[in-house]
Amino acid sequence: MQILMGLLLGFLLVCAVSVSASKSLLNSVCIYMSYSLVMSIIWILLESPDLAITEAAVGAGITSILFFVTLKKIHAIVSEDDDLEPEGGADTEGTVPTEGVVSTEKDAAKEASRA
Amino acid sequence: MNLANLMNNYEEAVAMILFGIGFSNLLLQNNLIKKIIGLNIMDTAVYLFLALKGYIAGRKAPIVVDGVQSVDAYINPIPSGLVLTGIVVSVSVSALMLSLTIRLYRRYHTLNLDEISTRLRREGL
Amino acid sequence: MSRKRTREEYEKTRSFRLKQWVDGSRDPFLDRIEMKPKKPFTEPQEVKERREVDRERMLSRVYDMNRNARLREFHRLYQVFAVLFCVILVVMLLTAVSWLPTVGAEDRPVNNEVAARYIENGLQETGAVNIVTGMILDYRAFDTLGESHVLFTATCTVLILLRQDKKRKRKTNDRMYEPKNDVILQTAARVLVPPIVIFGIYVILCGHLGPGGGFSGGAIIGAGLILYLCAFGFEKTERFFTARTYKVMSFCALACYSLSKCYSFYTGANGIESAIPLGTPGAILSSGLIFVLNICVGVVVAGTMYTFYCMFRKGGY
Repeated sequence: MQILMGLLLGFLLVCAVSVSASKSLLNSVCIYMSYSLVMSIIWILLESPDLAITEAAVGAGITSILFFVTLKKIHAIVSEDDDLEPEGGADTEGTVPTEGVVSTEKDAAKEASRA
Repeated sequence: MNLANLMNNYEEAVAMILFGIGFSNLLLQNNLIKKIIGLNIMDTAVYLFLALKGYIAGRKAPIVVDGVQSVDAYINPIPSGLVLTGIVVSVSVSALMLSLTIRLYRRYHTLNLDEISTRLRREGL
Repeated sequence: MSRKRTREEYEKTRSFRLKQWVDGSRDPFLDRIEMKPKKPFTEPQEVKERREVDRERMLSRVYDMNRNARLREFHRLYQVFAVLFCVILVVMLLTAVSWLPTVGAEDRPVNNEVAARYIENGLQETGAVNIVTGMILDYRAFDTLGESHVLFTATCTVLILLRQDKKRKRKTNDRMYEPKNDVILQTAARVLVPPIVIFGIYVILCGHLGPGGGFSGGAIIGAGLILYLCAFGFEKTERFFTARTYKVMSFCALACYSLSKCYSFYTGANGIESAIPLGTPGAILSSGLIFVLNICVGVVVAGTMYTFYCMFRKGGY
């Protein structure tokens, strides 16, 4: 039991470090989802089944779904705001999605060069 | 710093290290999504620490079985209840922050926090 | 006997102002809240071009790391101090951990008479076999009331931020290019959604008999609804879950919980016995008010999770 607990905690540490070090946002969110799942197993080892079932449903389920939907909105938005953007300005998915992708990769590259 | 005891409490030590990792993610990353993931990691580390407070080795989960109701048959149920509330609050905070990120992206078309704050300052907000 | 008031005196009272507000003849937010008026949207193309040029200029002058030495220096300093701060914080926390009693020992100060009281008298006083559920919904029901309100507030805020009017014609729609009526997804959803919803209902109803309770059961039902929505689209889901459904459901559940436990504001820590009988421990219809509160909390959480997803996806129901 101690070995299993130690293994799972080591997995948590590895997940937490690799979330910050990964270059693509989709990878980070998938790793976070597995982090949440392993956390749920640790709750069972600590004899709290209520926490395990809640963390599995809420952490690995709902929070990760919201992250994925946010990623989709960020990559595929084509000028939906009306504060500054012309409405329906880009009929094709021209400028904005590449900008969205570029900005994440650009700052991911910056982080990689700094870290 | 009692190093021998630290090795005994290695689970709590891991919880604290996770808290540190999550916090440094929150401070040092430029990307907004990774900051939010860092905040979530911090949250779960704190819940791990709290739940470890209620764990007693050799005892069972706090569900009454066969009418056995003595104190030394179950773990401490109180930290478990506190963490249950915390998990739900954590998902609410994450949802709120993600919706703010979507609105910021629509307005500024970037996820880089430096750029957003520079443009905010230039606009006089 | 009541004294007859003149018209002027009545117009100064608060109840008259309330009546005016309810009737709609007076707007209480006028001159008090700064609200941005909705202007009709007209955009020429050069505004967009000017904004792009402006942005390039601003980025190149202010944010450019290669030319702005002050910014670069500040950035380095910030990173160094942040890392130092985190390291010092972790070392302090580890020092504190090393002085704590061993994990899993029995004689720690946290295992005191409160836990003993909850375990020994929990079943008799609350009727719940699951001690944790009995604790959070009977002894400490006030905390769970606060938490339900936190969920409600989060939903209100997400609604404010992400809601989009249907009247505004959106030429661009990020769901326009998605594949619809995916055969695999629909078959899987047809197989999976009924067991998920039934399991969620089971977890909610048997919250006081085993692990689970309102929160996890509500999240499971919410996940089942999200799967149905993903597979079949918004039109089919609108047949049974509209905005009005959510409003009625959430308001009724939250009001029911609040009315049951709001006396705690006035009586402090003293609980009042509810009139519902406790029943035999181990049966489903037992443990008095906990059963009703579990259902209320489950309904609120399911609606909240589904609302989050709908607002993120479409901006509406």
